[in-house]
Amino acid sequence: MSSDRTELPDPTAIPYREREQSITVDSTTHTLPDSELEPETELLTINIGPHHPATHGVLRLLTTLEGEVVRNVKPIIGYVHTGIEKSCEDQEYWKVIPFVERMDYLSYYFNAQAFCMAVEGLLDEDVPRRAEYLRVIHLELNRIASHLFWLGTAALDIGAMSMLWWALRERDYILDLFEMSSGQRLHTRYFQVGGVIEDIPPGFETKVREFLALMPSRIDQYEALLDRNEIWLQRMRNTGIVPRERLLELGVTGPLLRAAGEPWDLRKAMPYSVYDEFEFSIPVGTVGDNYDRYRVRLAEMRESIRIVSQALDGLPEGPFITGNRKVALPPRHELATSMEALIHHFKLVTEGFRVPPGEFYAPIESPRGELGCFVLADGSAKPARVHMRDPSFVNLQSLKEMGEGSYLADFIACVAMLDPILGGVDR
Amino acid sequence: MPDATGLELLAQRVRENVAQDAVVDTVHHRGQATLDVSRARVREVLCYLHGSDEEPYEILASLHGCDYLPAEPRLGVHYQLLSMARQERLGVRTRMSIDEACVPTVTDLFPTADFQEREVYDFFGVEFEGHPDLRRILMPEDYEGHPQRRDFPIGGEPVLFTHNEHELPRWYE
Repeated sequence: MSSDRTELPDPTAIPYREREQSITVDSTTHTLPDSELEPETELLTINIGPHHPATHGVLRLLTTLEGEVVRNVKPIIGYVHTGIEKSCEDQEYWKVIPFVERMDYLSYYFNAQAFCMAVEGLLDEDVPRRAEYLRVIHLELNRIASHLFWLGTAALDIGAMSMLWWALRERDYILDLFEMSSGQRLHTRYFQVGGVIEDIPPGFETKVREFLALMPSRIDQYEALLDRNEIWLQRMRNTGIVPRERLLELGVTGPLLRAAGEPWDLRKAMPYSVYDEFEFSIPVGTVGDNYDRYRVRLAEMRESIRIVSQALDGLPEGPFITGNRKVALPPRHELATSMEALIHHFKLVTEGFRVPPGEFYAPIESPRGELGCFVLADGSAKPARVHMRDPSFVNLQSLKEMGEGSYLADFIACVAMLDPILGGVDR
Repeated sequence: MPDATGLELLAQRVRENVAQDAVVDTVHHRGQATLDVSRARVREVLCYLHGSDEEPYEILASLHGCDYLPAEPRLGVHYQLLSMARQERLGVRTRMSIDEACVPTVTDLFPTADFQEREVYDFFGVEFEGHPDLRRILMPEDYEGHPQRRDFPIGGEPVLFTHNEHELPRWYE
C-alpha cells in the first residue's frame, strides 16, 4: 500500500448522528469548462402547472427563476372557464342558483347568498327572519368547511400530510349536516330567492350543537400539530409579506387583508342579512406574513362557531320562505285544495317570476374576501347579466408581489396561503 | 350608500370640479346610487372621486362590463367604488356603442383593475387605452368574438369530439 493515500476512517466507528458531518464535498465542486455564465446568474423560465397539485386547481404560473429565487411570476388562467355567467343569461332566476353555486365550489352557499341578495334587492322582497337565521347558520358552517379544506391542502403543500386527513374529517361532519338539511352534500341549492327551500329537519339542531361542542377542541388539535412544528413555523414566518397599503391598492380582501392588519370585514363594516344581531370579533394579524394568514383563518373558524351557536340560540319561529306567491312556490299540500296555488305553482315552474328592470350589486364576505354579485334585470324572467366579482380572481393579482424575491419553495407556500379557487377565478 | 340627496350633491360637485358635461344622469334605485358618466370624462371623474373630492372613494371594489342590447348605446362599463372610512359604495357607469368601444384605463389609479379590465376586454371587446398588458384573460388567445355580448349565441360553438373533429372547421390548426 502506497504511503500517499490518505487513510479513510472506518465509517462504522463514527457515531451515526455525526457520520454526515464527516463527509467533505470539496472534491465534488469544480467549475464547468468554457462556461461563460455563472450558474446562479442564469435565468430559467418554467411552467408551474396547469396540472400540479400545489396550484390548487388548474392554475398555470409562468415563473422565471434565478437559481432558486423567483424573479417573475405571470399567472395564466382560463383553463376551467366554462362560461357560467353566459349560461346564467339563458336561465330563469330560480334556475340560476345551481349555476352560480358551481363557481367557487368550496363556498357554494356564499355564491347563492350573493345572487339571492341581488335578486331580492331588485324585487324589493323581504326575507323572513327565520330564513335569515337559517342562512347565517349554513353560511358560517360553510365558512368553517371552506377554511378546513384550505387548511388541509395548504398544510399538505408544506409537507404536513396528516393535516389533510384531520381537516377533512371535520369537513365531512359539516357535509353530513348539509346533507341532513338539504339532501345534498355539495352544491345544495338550499337558498332560494326569498328564503330557503325547506325548514331544517328535527334533530338538525342537536347535530349542529354536537359539532359546535366538538370543533373547538379539534382546532386546538390542529394548533398543537402545527404551531409547535419547527418546519411549519420556519416556512410560514416572514414569508410572502405584502404591505397593507399595497394590498388595498390591489383590491385584496378577506383573510389576506385582515392578516396585514386591516380590520375590514363586510359582516361588521357593512352588515347584511342579520349579522348585526350577533356578537363576534374580527381577527387581524400584525405582520401580514403567511403565518398571520394561517392564524387569522384559524381564528375565523372559532368566530364562526360563536355565530352559529348564537344563531341556533336565537332562531326565531315563523316562515322559512317569503309568503309572496309570485316569487316562492306554494306549499305542496295547498296544490290539492287551492286553485290559486296550482296556478302560481304552474306559472313559477314554467315561466319563473319576472324581475322589474334595474341593476343591483350585492357584496358579501365570503371565506376569500368580497364576493359581489351584479345582476342586470331587463324585466323578463331571465337575468340580462349575472356577474360575480370573485375574490379569488382579484386576489390572484397579489401573488406576483408575494412571491417575487422569495425562494421557490416559499412561493409554493404563498400560493397555498393565497387560497385561490380556480372555479371562482375562471367561472 | 349616499342617499338620493347626497347623490345629487355629489353629481353637482363633479359637474363643478370636472366638467359640466361629465355627469349624464344619476340613478338611485333600491338604495343603490349610480352616477352615469360620459365616456370621454370617465377617467377624470374617477380620478376626482378617488382623490380630490371631499368624500373620496379610495377603493375600486369591482369593475365589470355589461351589454344592454337592444338599448343604445349598447355596452356599459361599471366601476363599483368603495370608501372603507365611511362604509359607502358608489357605482359609476359609462355607456358606449359597439363602434366606439373604448375607454381610458384606470390601472394607474387602481392597480386592481388590471385583471378586471382584461376580462371586460375579453368578453365585451371594450378597449382600455393605456392598459399595460391588454390581452385576453379567460378565453384562448386565438379566440374570435366576444362571448358575453348579447348577440353572441349560447352554444354557438360546436363541441369537439373524436367523431366530428374532421367535420369542424379549423380542426387541423
